Amino acid sequence: MKPQTDEKALLKGLATNDKKAVETIYQENFNTIQSLIINNNGSSDDAKDVFQEAMIVLYEKVQTEGFELHCQIKTFLYSVCRRLWLKRLQQQNRYSSPGDSMEAVVDVDEDVSIHEQKDLELDMMEKAIGSLGEPCKSLIEAYYLQKKSMQVIAADFGYTNSDNAKTQKYKCLVRLKKIFFAQYKNGQ
Amino acid sequence: MEDITIMDAAERYIRGEMTPDEMLQFDNLRKANAEVDQYVVEHTLFLQQMNNVAERKSFKSTLHDVHTELVEQGKIESMLLKGKAKIVYLWHRYKRVTAIAASIAGITALTISALAWAFTPKANSGIDYLERRVNQIDNRTKEQGKELNKVQNSINHRDKTTVNPIVYKSGGTGFIIDAKGYLVTNYHVIEKANNIAVQNNKGEFIAKVVFADKSKDIAILKIEDDSFKPYSSIPYAISKSSARLAEPIFTLGYPKNEIVYGQGYLSSLTGFNGDTLSCQIEIAANHGNSGSPIMNKNGEVVGILNARQNSTEGFTFAIQGKYIYKALDELKKSDTIYQRVKLNSKSSIAGMERTEQVNKVEDYIYMVKVN
Repeated sequence: MKPQTDEKALLKGLATNDKKAVETIYQENFNTIQSLIINNNGSSDDAKDVFQEAMIVLYEKVQTEGFELHCQIKTFLYSVCRRLWLKRLQQQNRYSSPGDSMEAVVDVDEDVSIHEQKDLELDMMEKAIGSLGEPCKSLIEAYYLQKKSMQVIAADFGYTNSDNAKTQKYKCLVRLKKIFFAQYKNGQ
Repeated sequence: MEDITIMDAAERYIRGEMTPDEMLQFDNLRKANAEVDQYVVEHTLFLQQMNNVAERKSFKSTLHDVHTELVEQGKIESMLLKGKAKIVYLWHRYKRVTAIAASIAGITALTISALAWAFTPKANSGIDYLERRVNQIDNRTKEQGKELNKVQNSINHRDKTTVNPIVYKSGGTGFIIDAKGYLVTNYHVIEKANNIAVQNNKGEFIAKVVFADKSKDIAILKIEDDSFKPYSSIPYAISKSSARLAEPIFTLGYPKNEIVYGQGYLSSLTGFNGDTLSCQIEIAANHGNSGSPIMNKNGEVVGILNARQNSTEGFTFAIQGKYIYKALDELKKSDTIYQRVKLNSKSSIAGMERTEQVNKVEDYIYMVKVN
């Protein structure tokens, strides 16, 4: 039962964004996916895009509570990639049915659609941050995304003290929330 | 300043950075103030979303780093697509485009050839070949012919009295080109022939086709009949050069049972729809004139009458005389027994009165009968 424990350890590592685990999964699966894409009207760039998106799907899945993977990582990634690539081909009107002979395929429709919904929301947030303009954008990113402390930010951005930085960040945050929730309501 | 304090407190509360005392105090505030409570809920959702963005970003950069490193270490194929793989890839990617392009090319080619076919002048449409339709002629003539046949047969072959006379259904005209009994006529005259006979005031002789060219509408016949006596010479010549525009011409042919003379001039150097094989002549012609010689005033054959335009009266066409030479050349190539066939290139009737010329030529023109 060693492979299974290995996979569990890998998934655990993946959940915490452990580079070693990501590297292992990547190395074991990328070539298979690449030949799938290339044999079905794709380029190696397409293969990279699709595979990385599938990795994100898996990454998001392992972070949900009560997560359980009912199949091998290999099978899951293959199924997700196949699903994603089919969708892309259909969008480009270059549809041709890929051969199913290589791997077993599991039903990943739900995982993919959850991922797409989440992707949409996160894109919305990134877009909102992007539309803030400087220095708000950098300030928000430094505090909320890079998790820098107020003291460091005050020094980096040239504020006289952390209270000034905090006031500035507050103003930016109010604007961001306004933009974000306006979009959020439109999107729903 | 109150709002900023609340936000600060809410963030610390959400992150769990408060002391138990503060936490208790803030919980009480949330219960007492619905607005604060709403704010905390909203802000929790917002911060969570921000967190997700941050996580996705860092995971993406991890993926990117890992990809670059693995490619550098050669642990995954960089897929620069060399040689065969590239061809396979390009084929997979463009096979549909290729297929579509190929079908379009095919359809275009077919369409163009169909159009070309539809618009090419057709030599046969719009013109009548002037072979004679004997069955349109009075029945009595037929009867007479039969009687004549019978009489001739009984004279020539007294022992073969039971030979069935052959009824000829159509025909045209032919003229001698070699004293040994070679005649020229049109291909379309003898096209469907089973039996061929040639007839003039010297009598009727069995002939056979020795050369036929459908595209030029020329056929060469040879009289093969015991009763035929070769000529000593031929009075007229076959012209090698083309006739000249407006040149006066005349013809002799068998549109009916008697020989008929016609005269006119050369009206165009090309034939129907610009056909360069033939020329256009202004001469009265009827069914049966096909194969008649077209002669100039020097007694040189410059053409073979072959057709007329059916929509307009007076447009008659003739095959240029030089093609008789070409036909003969091909005939000679086909078999050595034709090596001695020779065309007369010097006319002996040049400068004569027309009536004299016709008188001399008449005997060399035959009615070609076909069934």
